[in-house]
Amino acid sequence: MKHYSAFAIAREALRGHTGWERAWRAASPKKHYDVIIVGAGGHGLATAYYLGKNFGITNVAVIEKGWLGGGNTGRNTTIIRSNYLQDPSAAIYEKSRSLYETMSQDLNYNVMYSPRGVMMLAQTEHEVRGYRRTAHANALQGVETQFITPERVKELCPIIELKGPRYPVLGALWQPRAGTARHDAVAWGYARACSAMGMDIIQKCEVTGVRSENGRVTGVSTSKGEIGCDKLCMVVAGHSGHLAEMAGFRLPIESVALQALVSEPIKPCMDVVVMANTVHGYMSQSDKGEMVIGGGADGYNNYTQRGSFHHIEETVRALIETFPMISRLKMLRQWGGIVDMTGDRSPIISTTPLTGCFINCGWGTGGFKAIPGSGWATAEMIAKGTPGPLAAEFGLNRFREGRFIDESVAAGVAH
Amino acid sequence: MLILTCPYCGVRADETELAPGGEAHVARHGPGASDEAFEAYLFLRANPRGLHYERWRHAHGCGKWFHAARDTVTMGVVGTYPAQVTEPPAELSRPRGS
Ligand SMILES: Cc1cc2nc3c(=O)[nH]c(=O)nc-3n(C[C@H](O)[C@H](O)[C@H](O)COP(=O)(O)OP(=O)(O)OC[C@H]3O[C@@H](n4cnc5c(N)ncnc54)[C@H](O)[C@@H]3O)c2cc1C
Ligand SMILES: [Zn+2]
Repeated sequence: MKHYSAFAIAREALRGHTGWERAWRAASPKKHYDVIIVGAGGHGLATAYYLGKNFGITNVAVIEKGWLGGGNTGRNTTIIRSNYLQDPSAAIYEKSRSLYETMSQDLNYNVMYSPRGVMMLAQTEHEVRGYRRTAHANALQGVETQFITPERVKELCPIIELKGPRYPVLGALWQPRAGTARHDAVAWGYARACSAMGMDIIQKCEVTGVRSENGRVTGVSTSKGEIGCDKLCMVVAGHSGHLAEMAGFRLPIESVALQALVSEPIKPCMDVVVMANTVHGYMSQSDKGEMVIGGGADGYNNYTQRGSFHHIEETVRALIETFPMISRLKMLRQWGGIVDMTGDRSPIISTTPLTGCFINCGWGTGGFKAIPGSGWATAEMIAKGTPGPLAAEFGLNRFREGRFIDESVAAGVAH
Repeated sequence: MLILTCPYCGVRADETELAPGGEAHVARHGPGASDEAFEAYLFLRANPRGLHYERWRHAHGCGKWFHAARDTVTMGVVGTYPAQVTEPPAELSRPRGS
């Protein structure tokens, strides 16, 4: 792997950019791998990366039915924060956020992590109490957050209307080191690093079956033939139920569409991320100047990556009350992703009823922020065979045992 | 936009008039059931790519609960039927045309 640097750009400029190499190899499948990861989204690629980096396991294939990063990893609104209520969540999301801080250096790939600050508006008395509680919980967890006044909200984000007709701004939960990063670059950076360690990233290869003998996984059937493995990890977000069925177990997951949209680019007007959970909307401004907008998920099972129009309408209507200046903006693009929702709105990092088969899913509407931390924890579980401290609470058995990690109260909106 | 016909009042209602209620025909378990049965009842879902039986309420219409058979990949609606049954009618147990 050639190192990217200012010097490399200068050198290539002088020789007409003829010396750049492909960021990752186009691999075709070998007969057998130590570990196969299904799904080349951020979580699958990060898992592969940390298997190599932290555990020296590099005989690894990442198998992707489409193109890498083409699932939710390339469709999200890139909010990164760790101000969760429950201790296990704060631990893994904060680990993740801290890994984002140095990701560009670690991967030698610019992921444009921008710790611009995220504020979650409190627009009802209930939310004021909820966010104060979260701020206290975060203080105990070592996550730096603050409950701020409406005046401070206006200072940080002058385009906000504090006295909206339905939902006045009563304060906000502010995390100054939260922010955004470039989603595609996260996938590409990990893919490049994995490929450089000798791993195979196999695109346009759909897993169609899981093979096992005596209750132990032995490989997968794919559109490019049978591939053997000692260990298998499914990291396919909205398609987890489908993959689990192939391996013979069921999941506490439902797949629904979540949408986002962007406006035409305008001059810089907002340098923080604002989430308004009561009205189901959030917004930030991309480096290109587009206003990036997201809202709530659809209410019914769906695999169409499209979403219902009235959800977009609701989100935009609510955001116009909070940001009146966007009322004349033209919207350029809208899209959807299929998100994997669990009953307690927390993810699953777990062993499964099939020995040697692991699963990472359930990140739902908020897993972009978790990519490095989740990869770290999942790699540890695969390497050691049992979940380590970061993943332990996120096992599948929590639904049977009633040990929920209830984040549905803490975030009423997609994030 | 998703349009379902309410089997009670016959109105062709679009989704803004309806409230989704999740997977239908989930076997109900009460006190005394095993942890496995209770987990299946509360959390485990079929979540199929394809034909899905689900509950809906004609929330801004007659207010009643009903069932729908719908394809989660094509968004095609196979049919709707009343709530007072524990399994889908035979004619709706396969997607149209397959
Ligand atoms: C509109 C939208 C906005 C969002 N906003 C945010 C946000 O602001 N902040 C945040 O933290 N999170 C956000 N999220 C959530 C976040 O995008 C996801 O949680 C995260 O990207 C999940 O990553 P993943 O790697 O698990 O899944 P994905 O990126 O979806 O990757 C799964 C991969 O598996 C592949 N696959 C599926 N089936 C098979 C098969 N049979 N064989 C081979 N490959 C298969 C898919 O093609 C896909 O590439 C948002 C999501 C959406 C849709
Ligand atoms: Zn009706």
